[in-house]
Amino acid sequence: MAFERLRADKRAQIVLGLVTGIIFGFLLQKGGVTNYGVIIGQLLLTDFTVVKVMLSAVLAGMIGIYAMKSAGLVRLHYTRGAVGSTVIGGLIFGAGFAILGYCPGTAAGAVGSGALDAAIGMVGIALGAGIFARLHPRLDRSVHKRGIFPAETIPELIGVRPGIVVTGVALLIIGILYLLAVLGL
Amino acid sequence: MIEWFTMATWSPYIVGVGIGVLIWTTFLLSDRPLGCSTAYAKTAGMIESVFSRERAQAMPYYQKITPTVDWQWMIVIGVLIGAFISAYLSGTFTVLIVPPEFAETFGTEPLLRSIVALLGGILMGLGARWAGGCTSGHGISGTLQLSLASWVAAICFFAGGILIAGLMYGFSFI
Repeated sequence: MAFERLRADKRAQIVLGLVTGIIFGFLLQKGGVTNYGVIIGQLLLTDFTVVKVMLSAVLAGMIGIYAMKSAGLVRLHYTRGAVGSTVIGGLIFGAGFAILGYCPGTAAGAVGSGALDAAIGMVGIALGAGIFARLHPRLDRSVHKRGIFPAETIPELIGVRPGIVVTGVALLIIGILYLLAVLGL
Repeated sequence: MIEWFTMATWSPYIVGVGIGVLIWTTFLLSDRPLGCSTAYAKTAGMIESVFSRERAQAMPYYQKITPTVDWQWMIVIGVLIGAFISAYLSGTFTVLIVPPEFAETFGTEPLLRSIVALLGGILMGLGARWAGGCTSGHGISGTLQLSLASWVAAICFFAGGILIAGLMYGFSFI
């Protein structure tokens, strides 16, 4: 298959990564989510731009990815989480999210828009990742194994076919977006 | 057509759908979800390698996430360039150190904002690798695959974020 050859071509993938990143950064900047005020506004629940962008992306992405999966064109990529890794790590990330006011992707986008504090934030993120790399062997043996989740996916957890869950989540997202629009948020 | 590119902002729904479609292409052409935090771990590994190549190579985490320039690493470079193109075209490129919303509450001192940004970044980098992804990897690419870990992670990102932002700026909903 032509896709297999492209996926294995390291040089082509470096170019694809750059092009994908440029489109992603362009979209993030146009969406306003590379702006500190917009991200903090979301966390203060006064500006719902971040949630609107994320939910629209999940809606379109989910339908396309599951359609391509049933056609045998793509593989899914996920891992099993645990309370010790997903929940604790997620809460640490959330604290950093509020203190920095950007996330790893939007920080790079903010630098591209001229925000120098985001460049300092990017140095911090790399430092934090380096600290994690040092802790990794110890964490991997202990905390990360605490409370391993009973399933890898939501369809598996609730025992419902993926197609039905995709439909349910799509309707839920449309409902939330509609509600936000009605409430004027 | 050209007005589109010079507009300061697009509808968040259009931007979101655009990101969703972009993720179709990363699965199809690169067999990968779209994420950003791995690139930072790779960068940390590259810096570690500058000081001692043997020590970096001996660290299990850098055997799993190799400190090399690849698709994953180029994403973050691309995001920076893409955002610059967008900001430049719309004339919104502005150099600043202290965002106005931060200055309103904490003052305009660049050193304070720099220290806060560095500390926030360290927590974020640690948390992202601890949870195995960030707002794009878990929050969008993972949730759209209906990954249980990604939904839990995304909820925790926002729970932690809403709590700390509320403590910093005051809870708007109380």
